[in-house]
Amino acid sequence: MPNSAKKAAVLEVIGVTKQFRGKIAVDCVDLQVANGEFLSILGPSGCGKTTLLRLIGGLEKPDRGRLVLNGQDITNLSAHKRNVHTVFQRYALFPHMNVFDNVAFGLRCKKIHENETRSRVEEMLELANLKGQGHRAIHTLSGGEQQRIALVRALVNLPKLLLLDEPLGALDLKLRLQLQQELVAIQKRVKTTFVFVTHDQQEALNMSDRVAVMNQAKVEQIGTPNEIYEFPKTLFAASFVGGINRLDGVLRIDEGGRCICEVEGLGGFFVEPPTEYRQAGVKGLICLRPEKVTLFSRRPSTIENVVEGTIRSQSYLGTHTQFEVLIKNGGVISVFQQNTQKLAKKVFQVNDKVFMGWQASLSHFFSYQALK
Amino acid sequence: MSIQPKTFRTTPFSIAAWIWAASLVVAPLLYIVSISFLSRGPYGGVQSPLTLTNYTRMTDGSMALTLLLSLGRSVALAGFSTVLCIFVGFPLALFLVFRAGRWRNALFFLLIIPFWTNFLIRTYAWMVILSDNGWLNHVLEILGLGPQYLHWLFTPQAVLLGMFYNYLPYMAMSLYVSVEKLDTKLLEAAADLGAGPVRRFFQVTLPLSVPGLVAGSIMVFIPSLGEFVIPDILGGGTNLFVGNLLAQQFLTVRHWPFGSALSVILIILIGACLVALEKVTKGHSEDLIA
Repeated sequence: MPNSAKKAAVLEVIGVTKQFRGKIAVDCVDLQVANGEFLSILGPSGCGKTTLLRLIGGLEKPDRGRLVLNGQDITNLSAHKRNVHTVFQRYALFPHMNVFDNVAFGLRCKKIHENETRSRVEEMLELANLKGQGHRAIHTLSGGEQQRIALVRALVNLPKLLLLDEPLGALDLKLRLQLQQELVAIQKRVKTTFVFVTHDQQEALNMSDRVAVMNQAKVEQIGTPNEIYEFPKTLFAASFVGGINRLDGVLRIDEGGRCICEVEGLGGFFVEPPTEYRQAGVKGLICLRPEKVTLFSRRPSTIENVVEGTIRSQSYLGTHTQFEVLIKNGGVISVFQQNTQKLAKKVFQVNDKVFMGWQASLSHFFSYQALK
Repeated sequence: MSIQPKTFRTTPFSIAAWIWAASLVVAPLLYIVSISFLSRGPYGGVQSPLTLTNYTRMTDGSMALTLLLSLGRSVALAGFSTVLCIFVGFPLALFLVFRAGRWRNALFFLLIIPFWTNFLIRTYAWMVILSDNGWLNHVLEILGLGPQYLHWLFTPQAVLLGMFYNYLPYMAMSLYVSVEKLDTKLLEAAADLGAGPVRRFFQVTLPLSVPGLVAGSIMVFIPSLGEFVIPDILGGGTNLFVGNLLAQQFLTVRHWPFGSALSVILIILIGACLVALEKVTKGHSEDLIA
C-alpha cells in the first residue's frame, strides 16, 4: 500500500476476526479504505463479506482486532454512536413512517433543529429524485425508489463512511444497471466513502475504485478492477472474477531460463509464474481467460503457445462468438472471439479442427503449493 | 377466473357461519334484550306484561348511585388491570422474543400452563397465598418484616393482583405475536442511524406493536369489566363491581328482567368502547397506509 493512501485512510480494519459458534466468519482481515473512494467487497455468499460490513457498522463485535475510523479507535463503540451508516440489503425502511420521517430519522436522533432537518431532508429527496414526495408511505414506493430512499436516509447524516449491503440485489437486471450508474454518480457528487458489498462481479468491476475479493472469511486480493481481472493473485480471484480455462501441469526450466509448464497429453506451454515458484518440479495450473485466446485454422508460427482442438459447439452472441473447443487430453477450452469483421457466414464450423494460440504473458500460473 | 367455483366453495361455509352466528350470538342477545322488557314473576321467572320499568329503575336515585359507583369501580379495575398487564406483558414478550433464545418455547409453555388448572382453583390458591396466615406473610416474616406484615386479602389490591394474574397471559401472548413479527433489521437500521435503546423502543418497537397492544387490551379490558368471581373471592365482596351487581340480580335476587336490562346497558357500553378503539386504531393503520 502506498504511503499516501495510508495517510488518507478513513477506515482501518486491523486483524479483525469474528466467529459464530466456532465457525470463522471473518478471519484476521486487514483492510484500509481511503477517503472518498468506492471500495467493493466481492465474494460468494457465505464468504463473510456481510459480517465484515456488520463489524464495521457496529452491529457485531469482533472477537479480535481493531477498527479505526478517522484515527479514532471505534472497536468498542456501539452502532448508534458511530459515524458510519448502512444501506441494508432489503432497505429496512420504517413501514410506519412516511418518506420524510424515514429520511429525517437520523437527524432527529442527533437532535438537529427541525428547520435544518427539513431543509436537509428536502435536499436529499431531490437527490433521490423524489422531490416533494416526503408525505408518501413507504409501501407505495417502487423498488428503485425504496432503494434511493434507503440511500439518502443514510447519506443525510453525512457519514464518514457509507456501508452498502448488496443494495441492488432485490432489483431486476435493467433497473440494477441503471441504479449502478446512479449510485456511482451520487457517490462522485457527495464524495462520501462507500464500502459496497456484492456477490456480482460485474457490479464490482463496473462501480468500484478498488475491489477486495473475499473467500472463506479472508480477503484474497485488493486492487483496482483492472488489477483484479488482469493480475489475479490467487486462483480464487482469477476464477471468481470472469471466466477461466485451466490446464494442470508441472514446471520445468528450458535452456534459455524460461519456464515451461508440461501438461500431460498436450505438451509444454510457456508460462510466467511469480518468482517464488520459478523452479522445476512445481505443480500448478495454467489459467487462461477465454478472450485472451485466438483461434486459427492453421498452426500459427509466431505465437509461442498453441494447442490443437476440435470445435464442439459455438454460439454467436453479436459482439462476440463463444466457442467450446475439445482438446486432446479430453478437456474443453472456451474461447471468445470478437466479431470485428462484417461476415455473413461463420468462419468456423462445429467439428472443424482449430489451433488456439496465446502469448505466455496473457496467461497466469498458480502453483498448487500456494493454494494450500 | 369465473365467479361460479368461488360461490360454490364459499356458500356452505358462509351458511355454517351464519347459523353459528345466529344461534350462538344473535339469539341469546335478542333473548336478553327481550327479557329486559318483561316483568319479574312471583317465583323469579319472567312474565308479561311488557314494561320499561327495568330501565327507568336504573335512573332512580339510590339505584343510579349504586350502578354508577359499581360501574366506575369496574372501569377503574379493568383499566388498572390492563395497564398493569401491559407494563409487565410487554417486557415479558420482548424478553421471550429477543433474549430467551433456546429457552423461548419452554418459557412460552410455562405461560400457558396455568390454563390447565381451573380458574376457580387458581383464584382460591391466591387466597391461600394472600391470607394473613398465608405463604406470602410467612415469607415476609422470614425476611424479618414481622408476623402478618400484610393484610391484603379482601382488599382492592388483592382483587387487582388476581385480575392481573389471570389476564396477563392473554396480554403477553398477543404482544408476543406482534413483537415476534417485528423485523429485527428495522431495529438494526434504527441503531445504525443513531437511535439508542430508548428511542429504538419508542419509535420502532412500540409503534409496530400497536396491533398486539390493541388485541391484548381488548382481551384483558372487556372480560375484566364484567368480572365478578375474582372480586368475590379475593375482595370478599366488600366492593360492588358491575359484574357482582349483575350476578346478584340473576343468582340472588332472581330478578332476571332487571339483570338483563343491566346487561344490555353494559353490552352497549362495551360496544361503544370497541367502536372507539376501532376508530383510534383505524386512524393509526391509515397512518401506515396514507
